[in-house]
Amino acid sequence: MDSFRDKIVPVTSILLGVVVVWYVMAVILNAPFQRDLDRRANQTPGIVEFIGKTLAQPKPTLPAPHQVAVNFFENTFLRSITSNRSLVYNAWVTLSSTLLGFAFGTALGIVIAVGIVHVATLDRSLMPWIIASQTIPILAVAPMIIVVLAAIGITGLIPKALISTYLSFFPVAVGMVKGLRSPELTHLDLMHTYNASASQTFCKLRVPASVPFLFTSMKVAVAASLVGAIVGELPTGAVAGIGAKLLAGAYYSQTIDIWSALVAGSVVAALLVMVVGIAGRLVDRAMGGRPA
Amino acid sequence: MSSILSLSSITPRSWQGYAALVLLAGALLLWPLVSATPGYGMATTVLIFILLLVAIEADNFPPMIGVVLLFLGAHGAAWMLLAGITGNEGSARASFYLLLVAAWFLAWRCVTVLSSFRPTSRWASTALRLIIPAIFGAWILIIWEAVTRGAGIPFILLPPPSAIGARIVGSLPVLGADVRQTIFKAVIFGYVAGSSAGFLVAIAADRVPFLRRGLLPIGNMVSALPIIGVAPIMVMWFGFDWQSKAAVVIIMTFFPMLVNTVAGLAASGHMERDLMRTYASSYWQTLFKLRLPAAAPFIFNALKINSTLALIGAIVAEFFGTPVVGMGFRISTEVGRMNIDMVWAEIAVAALAGSVFYGVVALFERAVTFWHPSVRGG
Repeated sequence: MDSFRDKIVPVTSILLGVVVVWYVMAVILNAPFQRDLDRRANQTPGIVEFIGKTLAQPKPTLPAPHQVAVNFFENTFLRSITSNRSLVYNAWVTLSSTLLGFAFGTALGIVIAVGIVHVATLDRSLMPWIIASQTIPILAVAPMIIVVLAAIGITGLIPKALISTYLSFFPVAVGMVKGLRSPELTHLDLMHTYNASASQTFCKLRVPASVPFLFTSMKVAVAASLVGAIVGELPTGAVAGIGAKLLAGAYYSQTIDIWSALVAGSVVAALLVMVVGIAGRLVDRAMGGRPA
Repeated sequence: MSSILSLSSITPRSWQGYAALVLLAGALLLWPLVSATPGYGMATTVLIFILLLVAIEADNFPPMIGVVLLFLGAHGAAWMLLAGITGNEGSARASFYLLLVAAWFLAWRCVTVLSSFRPTSRWASTALRLIIPAIFGAWILIIWEAVTRGAGIPFILLPPPSAIGARIVGSLPVLGADVRQTIFKAVIFGYVAGSSAGFLVAIAADRVPFLRRGLLPIGNMVSALPIIGVAPIMVMWFGFDWQSKAAVVIIMTFFPMLVNTVAGLAASGHMERDLMRTYASSYWQTLFKLRLPAAAPFIFNALKINSTLALIGAIVAEFFGTPVVGMGFRISTEVGRMNIDMVWAEIAVAALAGSVFYGVVALFERAVTFWHPSVRGG
């Protein structure tokens, strides 16, 4: 009951407010064009009819929420999944490279973190570069990676996945370094009194201690990975995927398509983060964690 | 011959030293370094070997002198290897790479010795903190340069760093115009506007608990969404010029600032807030004298995140349409024309701009939150 009053009521009322503002903005933004159309057709519609027309344009400046919802519904559920206009198909294309890149990125991040925690030289020489690498607007490199790899015959999933890898390794590496170092001195001392070897300390103390950190950083990483996959689809010239839908919508001014592609991307992102969160909770419970 | 004689008297002290010694022997067996006709001069080759041998032997000297000799030996040899490849591009043989790897191992050893130093003076430890990653970064460039030129990798795949550097120097006016368009117009305006909007809304949300409870979950969710996708819409609304890019940047920077500031405003402890109440301070006094300073680390964290997001937002938004200037525009058109060195030049500039941007925010943070434990160092 508390969570209902504290969370759901405010969130839904704010979302409702957003929808209302959206409708008002849609009417305002679409009105000039509609007035133009009416003048050319020599019509003088009443206010209600006029507002109805602004919300039903085929290529509106700002599509109304219901237009986006209808388009999203049609392209998600009413089209066959193999059609390249189906959002499910495009989302799947993006999702596959997201997941591949995410898997690579997570593995790479973990390996780097283990190296950094265990090799002092790496800690002092690599760590500053890992942090510096994130101040670089790496997405700018995306078109080049795609085109250059295409020049040597690598196309399709891998180049996009590489961009996702780059974006997702960092949160995992940093989170895991923090996680592997999270055991306190007393815990390490205890392992020491057990005469545990370095690998035993690693497997039985450091790894379990780092699991919560891993899942927290994987949530960030999977979202970043999706952004990488979407941007990676831009320079290939709108073949397939959510990024391609965005670009095609921008070329042909299909604003409703752009918005429904955005909605699809957001749904995918929310699902991915949710799945990682659930996996984290399951692993936590399997390891004997109790709700705090 | 002289180098073979000296081999017998050399005793390495680390596995890197032994590995380098083995690699040197291998390089000697697989003579010569390159298959092209001019090749390396005899004097150069002998000098490379001597430099590496000195570096291996230097480990036995007192650490201070040893480290300097290691550094000079490894990097001198690498420098001569790179200098010698001019005119022999694409003809490097196994022996060339063995020498390169030997030099790399010795540089690694040098970094290992350096990281084992525990200098007492602050000045020296700061210098160490800079030198160690600098050597690492330099070796990425050295290996990149040696492999691209040694193996003769086609220019359009991966140009060597020296060519990229030459390109940067050669096209400064173009790069300058792009930076002015993308960073000084779109990024700075969008960053300031987006961050301040996020900050102000966070203050409002703090004032109205209902707003906070509603906005926080939404803000958290939005930060996981691919917001960059609004770029085509913004380009349609605000046109091709920098205004549309600034709009993308505003949207991208708004939510991190909102979420972090709200979290930061909750960071001050009950004790401190109670103290402010005993002083009968008003909401705004508490806000400015206690809660905003306590929130400063969170706010700066958002500013740092936003510094990268802003650059990414502006550059990616330019992929959707720009006037004929701007970093994103340059990258996408030069990729199409296969001028990969120009693309790399643009990326190097973007990287530099990103690091400077981040660095300025970090310096500003140190100046403002000098009292915070993480800055004071304990």
